[in-house]
Amino acid sequence: MIEVENLTKDYGEFRAIDNISFTVEKGEILGFLGPNGAGKTTVMRILTCFFPPTEGKAVVAGFNCFEDSLNVRKRIGYLPQRVPLYEDMKVSDYLRFVAAIKGTPAKEVNRKAAKVMDDCGLGDVSGKLISTISGGYRQRVGIAQALVNDPEVLILDEPTVGLDPKQIKEIRNLIKDLAGKHTVILSTHILPEVSILCGRVIIINKGKLVAVDRPENLTSESSRRMFLRINGNAQMIERELAGISGIKEFETAQASGEANGYIVVFDDEKRGRPGIQSMIEKNNWELMEMRPLETSLEDIFIKLVTKEEA
Amino acid sequence: MNIRNIGIILGRELRSYFSSLTVYVVILMFLLMTGYFFYNLLATFSVVSFQAQTDPMLARQYQLLNINETVIRPLFGSISIILLMMTPLLTMRLFAEEKKTGTIELLLTFPVNDVDVVLGKYLACLVVLLTMVALTATYPILLVILGDPEVVPIATGYLGLILIGAAAISLGIFTSSLTENQIVSASMSFGMLFFFWLISYSVPLVSAGLGQVLSYLSINEHIASLSKGVVDSEDIIYYLCFIVLFLFLTLRSLETKRWR
Ligand SMILES: Nc1ncnc2c1ncn2[C@@H]1O[C@H](COP(=O)(O)OP(=O)(O)OP(=O)(O)O)[C@@H](O)[C@H]1O
Ligand SMILES: [Mg+2]
Repeated sequence: MIEVENLTKDYGEFRAIDNISFTVEKGEILGFLGPNGAGKTTVMRILTCFFPPTEGKAVVAGFNCFEDSLNVRKRIGYLPQRVPLYEDMKVSDYLRFVAAIKGTPAKEVNRKAAKVMDDCGLGDVSGKLISTISGGYRQRVGIAQALVNDPEVLILDEPTVGLDPKQIKEIRNLIKDLAGKHTVILSTHILPEVSILCGRVIIINKGKLVAVDRPENLTSESSRRMFLRINGNAQMIERELAGISGIKEFETAQASGEANGYIVVFDDEKRGRPGIQSMIEKNNWELMEMRPLETSLEDIFIKLVTKEEA
Repeated sequence: MNIRNIGIILGRELRSYFSSLTVYVVILMFLLMTGYFFYNLLATFSVVSFQAQTDPMLARQYQLLNINETVIRPLFGSISIILLMMTPLLTMRLFAEEKKTGTIELLLTFPVNDVDVVLGKYLACLVVLLTMVALTATYPILLVILGDPEVVPIATGYLGLILIGAAAISLGIFTSSLTENQIVSASMSFGMLFFFWLISYSVPLVSAGLGQVLSYLSINEHIASLSKGVVDSEDIIYYLCFIVLFLFLTLRSLETKRWR
């Protein structure tokens, strides 16, 4: 559905993206991960025909983004990162305008706008001026305008930023429901979001493609970490921890109360866990807390990026 | 070109114009200024014609008992200058604001041709201009009620006003496409319009050939005969070329923005 080949974009002297290639199948949800300034927005702007690449080509739904831009634009819905909307319009008027400009037949415009408002939970604010609605609702209006024409391809630049947890869940469900019929590319900084939504993830850093993989593989590839809080003699605990097989490394961590806190990194969790268990029992210490730590996006970045540079 | 898309853009722009205070203030100021000129011209006319009733010398000297020559023609002259002063304030937001707020990113990724965007915006501004010009019709209507002016020069004078205003707007939409700063856009429009206005002042200073070119380029030379009631196709063509040229430049400027 989307083919990107050797895409490069220069802003003057500065190379924002460098020789990126990937493809997206029909019905797939692709996650775009990368730290600030990685070039995610730049790739999306090329795919939405806002500007052409310096080199390389992008093909969406069989049409070249540069040579056949109108045909591409007919088939995409785009949520820009800054969510630029016409502040002086009412939500419902704005969505009707977008529906119309995207080619909805005149007598369908009202129905489509009403449906998308319903889908995005905008019923309460439909009569309000966009300049007066809250940030989360703005975000929803942005998503609504991308969805209004039921486009084949959706390109969403950080779609869940600024939403409350309930709304994040709703929007994620909305995006999930789109899979299969629609092809979606979304960028995000939130790792769990990728695991929940995306079939595949692309990681870019400083304009270069670092990894393309399934989200499970990315999280499992980076080592599992666990937080421990143990009541006992600190020196002895540290000596014992160092001796347990399956634990790669550990460090002391801030812990509340009298107990000592540790962050343990496993290289083999199956052997490490029982090791900790028996250590506690043997020394008659008290295990106050033991919980897995989320692998953060930073960990993955650091891992992948350092791997790349090494 | 797609008429429906032009219409949709036009509708949105018009709604946006008339939901902001700017347009009302601009129209009000325009009417106050033109009204002031009209009042003065009319007052002078009535004083002089009152005196001329008792003083045949004065009457002959001025030959001014013709209301068309003494009120209407100077009135059109002033209205056209004021129009040139006001149009940059109408056009400055057309693209500059969209660039500042970022809405251009969505606008240019909607499935519409750039031509349709430019024409939709241009026509919206033209509607505002026509509203302004139409409101000044109160002055000649008053004259028709009070006196007995010739109607043809009034009609062609209005054609001239519309053409010069339409030309000014096309220049304004171009400068708006060059920048994301509305003040910069308005300043450039003022500068360029006054250049096209004042260029005729250089005519006596240069050789005859060059002088002819300069006076042909001058934006106000071409309404002179229209406000006398003479429709010369050369004048109409001048304005149409002016409009097409700047709309074309606007289109190119949008395209190069894509090329950044
Ligand atoms: N118009 C521009 N002119 C010059 N440089 C730009 C322009 N737009 C973006 N850049 C630069 O290109 C790089 C990539 O920017 P981009 O917006 O694509 O990053 P991003 O991955 O979307 O980051 P974020 O997560 O912060 O949104 C950045 O270093 C940025 O400074
Ligand atoms: Mg971005």
